Amino acid sequence: MADASYTTPAGEYDTQLGDYFALLKPRVMSLVVFTALVGLLAAPVTVHPVIAFSSILFVAIGAGASGALNMWWDADIDAVMQRTAKRPIPSGRVPAGEALSLGLALSGMAVMMLGLSANLLAAGLLAFTIFFYAVVYSMWLKRSTPQNIVIGGAAGAFPPVIGWVIATGSFSIEAWLMFALIFMWTPPHFWALALFMKSDYNDADVPMLTVTHGRRATRVHIVVYTILLALLAVGTGFTAIGGPLYLAMAVVLNALFLKGAVDIWRRDETQAEADSYKIEKKFFRLSLWYLFAHFGVILIEAMLRPFGMGGW
Amino acid sequence: MTFRPEHELHARRKGRNIGVGLMLGAFVVLVLALTFTKVTSGDFELPKAEEIAN
Repeated sequence: MADASYTTPAGEYDTQLGDYFALLKPRVMSLVVFTALVGLLAAPVTVHPVIAFSSILFVAIGAGASGALNMWWDADIDAVMQRTAKRPIPSGRVPAGEALSLGLALSGMAVMMLGLSANLLAAGLLAFTIFFYAVVYSMWLKRSTPQNIVIGGAAGAFPPVIGWVIATGSFSIEAWLMFALIFMWTPPHFWALALFMKSDYNDADVPMLTVTHGRRATRVHIVVYTILLALLAVGTGFTAIGGPLYLAMAVVLNALFLKGAVDIWRRDETQAEADSYKIEKKFFRLSLWYLFAHFGVILIEAMLRPFGMGGW
Repeated sequence: MTFRPEHELHARRKGRNIGVGLMLGAFVVLVLALTFTKVTSGDFELPKAEEIAN
């Protein structure tokens, strides 16, 4: 039997399992797992541990699949951006066609299995999230409007809603509050990144706010969105998913976040370049802790509730 | 009778193949656990005889 068709010529790279895993954007996937788990555990319904574990796993696989589809579509711009040039497709470790196949196959499997393990509404929401990230954000918004990150942020905001729907089988205001937290957090987080990854989006011709409206406008947008986010985040403290612990954390962290945004707003490019975007990088790092802390404390409040503590 | 020597491809892709095998095995175990959980939960009902006949 001639086996030349499935062998790799000597000296050429053989795709490893880790390369396929990298296609699934593991860091984004870990955030999806965490926020979906918080949504599931904050819901006022107990879920069997096996069903909870498998459902969150299928949400993670669905998120990974949309990451693979995004990498397949964006391979051309990933190749010219310093931050993404080492991804599996632009670096030549995974052929683009394989990324597409993996993304489609895992999407179908994850949606179908979530429908079986949880409910059809959760499965439908996962399918919509994959569609939104791969088609609406990656294929349409990202290359056509500076609002790409604002509207596209919805894709990353759906996981806690999916978690909630896995548990309850329906939507509720608390689930949408968690959605709104991530939705409002996404723009300042990415705009701070766009400020210090200076030439990346320019080189790739991606219409980020820094490219289309300038860096001054981006700084103004960061502070405006951070004010709205702080109001939302602190206000959530008075709802059913909040509580005294959440409120205390939200007041402190939002004050720090607001200070960071105001510091960014007060600077100009000369000052930023002089200290290699120190303030912008600090704000970006804080934004990661910000989201983790808010969802972490929502989870703690939910965990304390059966013991008569947590919540109001 | 002689066995054909193993193709070097199998040695080169051994790690990848073992990984895929383990993942498929884990998936089977997960589906089994999920099925067991569903059928032993309180709200599971077997289809009635007339529904099967129809």
